[in-house]
Amino acid sequence: MKTTVLFFLFVSNLALTTAQAKSFVYCSEGSPSSFNPQLVTDGTSTNATAQVIYNNLVAFEPGSTKIIPQLATSWDISKDKLVYTFTLRKGVKFHTTKYFTPTRDFNATDVVFSVDRQRVKTHPFHDVSGGKYEYFDGMEMGKTIKEIKVLDPYKVQFVLNTPDATFLANMAMSFMGILSEEYGSKLMAANKKSDMDTMPVGTGLFVFQSYAKDSVIKYTANPQYWGQHGNIDKLIFAITPDANVRHQKLKTGECQFANEPAPADIPEMQKNPKLTVMKDAGLNVGYLALNVTKKPFDNLLVRQAVNHALNKKSYIDAIYMGNAVIAKNPLPPTIWSYSDAIKDYEYSVEKAKALLAKAGYPNGFETDMWTLPVARPYNPNGKKMGELMQADLAKVGIKVRLQTYDWPTYLKKASQGEHSMLQMGWTGDNGDPDNFLNTLLGCGAVKAGSNYSKWCDQKFNKAVVDAKVQTDIKKRTALYKDAQKIFKEQAPWVTIAHSTVFKAMAKNVKGYKIDPLGHDLFTFLVIE
Amino acid sequence: MKFFLKKFLDLIPTLLGISLICFFIIRLIPGDPVLNLVGERGVDPVRYAEMKHNLGLDLPIIQQFWFFVKNACMGNLGTSIVSNNSVWAEFIERFPATFELGMFSLFFATIIGIPLGIYAALKRNSFFDYFLMGTSLIGYSMPIFWWGLILILLFSVKLGLTPVSGRIELTYDIPVMTGLYLIDTLQSAVVKAEGFAPFWSAIKHLILPAIALGTIPLAVIARMTRSSMLEVLGEDYIRTARAKGMNKTRIVYIHALRNALVPIVTTLALLFGSIITGAILTETIFSWPGIGKWIVQSITSRDYPVIQGGVLIISFIIVMTNIIVDVIYYFLNPKMR
Repeated sequence: MKTTVLFFLFVSNLALTTAQAKSFVYCSEGSPSSFNPQLVTDGTSTNATAQVIYNNLVAFEPGSTKIIPQLATSWDISKDKLVYTFTLRKGVKFHTTKYFTPTRDFNATDVVFSVDRQRVKTHPFHDVSGGKYEYFDGMEMGKTIKEIKVLDPYKVQFVLNTPDATFLANMAMSFMGILSEEYGSKLMAANKKSDMDTMPVGTGLFVFQSYAKDSVIKYTANPQYWGQHGNIDKLIFAITPDANVRHQKLKTGECQFANEPAPADIPEMQKNPKLTVMKDAGLNVGYLALNVTKKPFDNLLVRQAVNHALNKKSYIDAIYMGNAVIAKNPLPPTIWSYSDAIKDYEYSVEKAKALLAKAGYPNGFETDMWTLPVARPYNPNGKKMGELMQADLAKVGIKVRLQTYDWPTYLKKASQGEHSMLQMGWTGDNGDPDNFLNTLLGCGAVKAGSNYSKWCDQKFNKAVVDAKVQTDIKKRTALYKDAQKIFKEQAPWVTIAHSTVFKAMAKNVKGYKIDPLGHDLFTFLVIE
Repeated sequence: MKFFLKKFLDLIPTLLGISLICFFIIRLIPGDPVLNLVGERGVDPVRYAEMKHNLGLDLPIIQQFWFFVKNACMGNLGTSIVSNNSVWAEFIERFPATFELGMFSLFFATIIGIPLGIYAALKRNSFFDYFLMGTSLIGYSMPIFWWGLILILLFSVKLGLTPVSGRIELTYDIPVMTGLYLIDTLQSAVVKAEGFAPFWSAIKHLILPAIALGTIPLAVIARMTRSSMLEVLGEDYIRTARAKGMNKTRIVYIHALRNALVPIVTTLALLFGSIITGAILTETIFSWPGIGKWIVQSITSRDYPVIQGGVLIISFIIVMTNIIVDVIYYFLNPKMR
């Protein structure tokens, strides 16, 4: 038996050593839920769809959150900031695949088709594949856009209901990828509408070839791609759910890129001469929300005392293994308008005690803290962090009961404001400050459920709402800086950390840039 | 005939009971599929109600169960909340992978476990016997996750003999016929284009997960064979056979083994259930695209239709296996007739 097995191994080793040139294997952590970026919200699916198959009218510049032209070559904003006119790129071809051959180039009808599928309830494709457009609805694009006009085949106009400075950034997000209207009509005629979402056609650098469920996705480079690109001929996603196994596959050369490396593996990866490990501050924030509708956190002095009582430095070392920076603002430092002038509450037991005494709690009080039940980049271990916080707060006389629920229940109860102190966090969607300050702390977010402090400060809210309407970036920056100042004084959160993002790849992969929005970009990769 | 008919009639209450338990248990687990979908973003009450309504989760629970049973009887197991595909389509796409791995590991466990068990029984109380029984106890209590990683580190990373994970070398495109790669790679079109390399690649990818998954069944089978053989070897008819001077090999392999196999076959059938549970961990480590990983994923995302439908199909398969075993029993053991 043993000799037979060894013989098999020997024979197969001989047969399999010839590898394809310029193919790039990406060890991803999960399976995409759809091949239509309109239907997905998770990073896994976005990487497998929007980042490879599709293009948007505008895009984020690789490595930053700056908006650059993509399928639109330029755009023009009216004086009242309500009309955006996009001039479209000419000569862009949709993918030619086994199941579709385009007869015309990309034009304005494709733009209308893609947006209206999500926006218009009577659109023939609206209800296809479940018809849930979580991201489009979550970013309130339906409320923002009033109508879309085709001026000529290469000019399309978006009319908004209210001025919205985040509109362009939203247009660059994954769910605004451009689908082919011609493919749609063809599928409609063949009565196979749902193929749109399983057999994708886009204008991006990679053409979809095949997907073996939970196993492998294959793409080939689009020979007719309109823009600049790297040298990958074949892009393969090897779906590998276990982080440790991804590391092993990277070591043996079975993949050239391992997504989401486990923090514990980073030191070993950094020592390995065959690998490159890149890092950058992530577009995220981990925080402790203090429920201002509950006693004693309705008292500003108590909130400030808690801010003084927590030793954030120790959490960075123990929970994030040093792979994070202390957060003093709700905005991560990579976002424009980040206010470096803000002074954080320093760690001081004395100051915390003094503030508590002033607030009328000289002997402290009892309260509860909910610890994050899932590991997230912004908080890898909620329970352990809770224990450290509990010890810190005990020093100033605050007795904390730790509790938690499974993730969906946690979210539900927290949205309803049942907690006193709550560990929470956020990873940015579009790199706009609005996506942190308004989405997490605005008065509108109290009702929407994402403002977990239930904090509604009129001055703060006015600043962020005004900034959303304003398109002048200087004025917006000033407003957001004011907002950060008010936030710090009012202390509805204890801001904890912005975690570092790591990317691990083989040495011969060049040209990779970490996307602040957390996706992986393959377009400009070069394999040496 | 009556025997078989009764067996099949037993199927109905069993499956109904399993569905009922499964249906209510998953709704007892706190958590809500809608909230899981929206995550940290949160959702306002109007939109929440709308989403719940779209999924049919706003109906009274009894009514939901009734719809599930009614649809299941007509062969419709519902649609996944996450992927929007039908549960049956999702299942059938993944089942061959689990089946192939499960069969391969049971095969591995049987061809090694039975001979070891026989040998231990024949050499009762020898060093080999103690050693084997000790090792099998370790094998039986092996944490699969840890064991899988150890196998990868040793055979793939250190020795470079087997691939770390996956089902086949990524460069091959195997047209799906049965979904079993050991068969699909032998299709004439594949062999014509690539030779037998894809077949060897599929075997090579199967070895480590099959060892990881087959270790516990191997231990069980070896122990079971040993005790079953010992029992049979002590029977009167064996003594009689020996007394009349029959060839020892013939006694062991024809008279003893055939009778000792009866409980082993039962064990194999029971192991089939444990193979499916073991597959959950093995499939995660070895990136094996089977149903174990699928079900676990559906539980974390509270994908009710997938959990209900998936559990129903798997229970059906396990119950059917047991019926088949009863049939085999019937032929193996004349006493049953």
